[in-house]
Amino acid sequence: MASKKESTFTNMVVVLFVISIVAATSLGFVYEFTKTPIENAKIKKQELAIAQVVPAFDNKPMQEAEIVKIGDSELIFFPAKKGGKLVGVAVKTFSESGFSGRVDIMVGFKPDGTIVNTSVLGHKETPGLGDKMSQSKSKWSTQFNDKDPKVFKLTVKKDGGDVDAITASTISSRAFSEAIDLAYKEFMKKYNN
Amino acid sequence: MNKLNIITKGFFKENPIFVLLLGMCPTLGTTTSAINGMGMGLATTFVLIMSNFVISLVKDFIPDKVRIPSFIVIIASFVTVVELSMQAYLPDLFAVLGLFIPLIVVNCIILGRAEAFASQNNAFDSILDGLGMGLGFTFALTLLGSIREILGNGSIFDFKFIGAESNGMLLFVLAPGAFLVLGYLIAIVNKINKAK
Repeated sequence: MASKKESTFTNMVVVLFVISIVAATSLGFVYEFTKTPIENAKIKKQELAIAQVVPAFDNKPMQEAEIVKIGDSELIFFPAKKGGKLVGVAVKTFSESGFSGRVDIMVGFKPDGTIVNTSVLGHKETPGLGDKMSQSKSKWSTQFNDKDPKVFKLTVKKDGGDVDAITASTISSRAFSEAIDLAYKEFMKKYNN
Repeated sequence: MNKLNIITKGFFKENPIFVLLLGMCPTLGTTTSAINGMGMGLATTFVLIMSNFVISLVKDFIPDKVRIPSFIVIIASFVTVVELSMQAYLPDLFAVLGLFIPLIVVNCIILGRAEAFASQNNAFDSILDGLGMGLGFTFALTLLGSIREILGNGSIFDFKFIGAESNGMLLFVLAPGAFLVLGYLIAIVNKINKAK
């Protein structure tokens, strides 16, 4: 076995330099290689979420998306059309007031403002408690389906609204309702004056 | 050293979690369910094998005084490879573990094995050591995750065996449950190891 390199200044600089160059180059290749699959995975996830929250459509809502700025963040509207007629709008909405930060939700409205369905895109809520907002964990969020926010008040019962909060997760439920409410208000501004 | 021994010691005698008590941060953080623990364990195993392999190959070219920064650069590269590939090909798992993957870099098991084993042994033994330690880590994380999921959520690998709307003992999926379960497991493993 070759004897170990001595720790002279030149040796150290050269070795670190070579290692960094090799690491950086190989990472560059991996990045290029995975770039397209990562993009595709993100687009596919969003497409699935859109299809889940609006009635059947035949256009490409991702290409007709419109962005509305809210403070530092944004809402994205995906209009779903069938035979050129608007059948629903999927709105990518959010709330910053989750129990552990931001919650991203996709919600679909019929043209008259009735909620069709919701889908949680991302959250950091407590497993076993706040994560019940995902439909894969519990049916809690289906209480919003087919409700018209004109008569269904989008705040939890504790705050005087109509939403049944998740047991022991009032904060997560509040954030969820807040996100839907924000989407509804912007939706009404945009599509129903 | 017996080759088989190098692999099996990672499970009980030198299990990174239960005996060496290395890498507690991902252990406590990601084991809220069995599948999360297993995903984290396998990602760590991959990094461990690859970094052990590369480090044992280049160990003779690295001057002693810069070995730690060199090891970290090598480890960090493999972690980034795992992060990007997982994001590309396993987006669902990445959604759950994403936050913890970059933390594999600072997991002391990996640097610990590089320092204690790979920098003194040949490439083949180092791969075996990485495999053994990695699987031992995965085993520990999956076990911890399963127990917490069973007690806390009444399910295992997302398969629910108590009523859909009933809760388990939620304490166990929250942070304190991680400490409690880990404490008992360490006690049990120590008892078994002592009896041998």
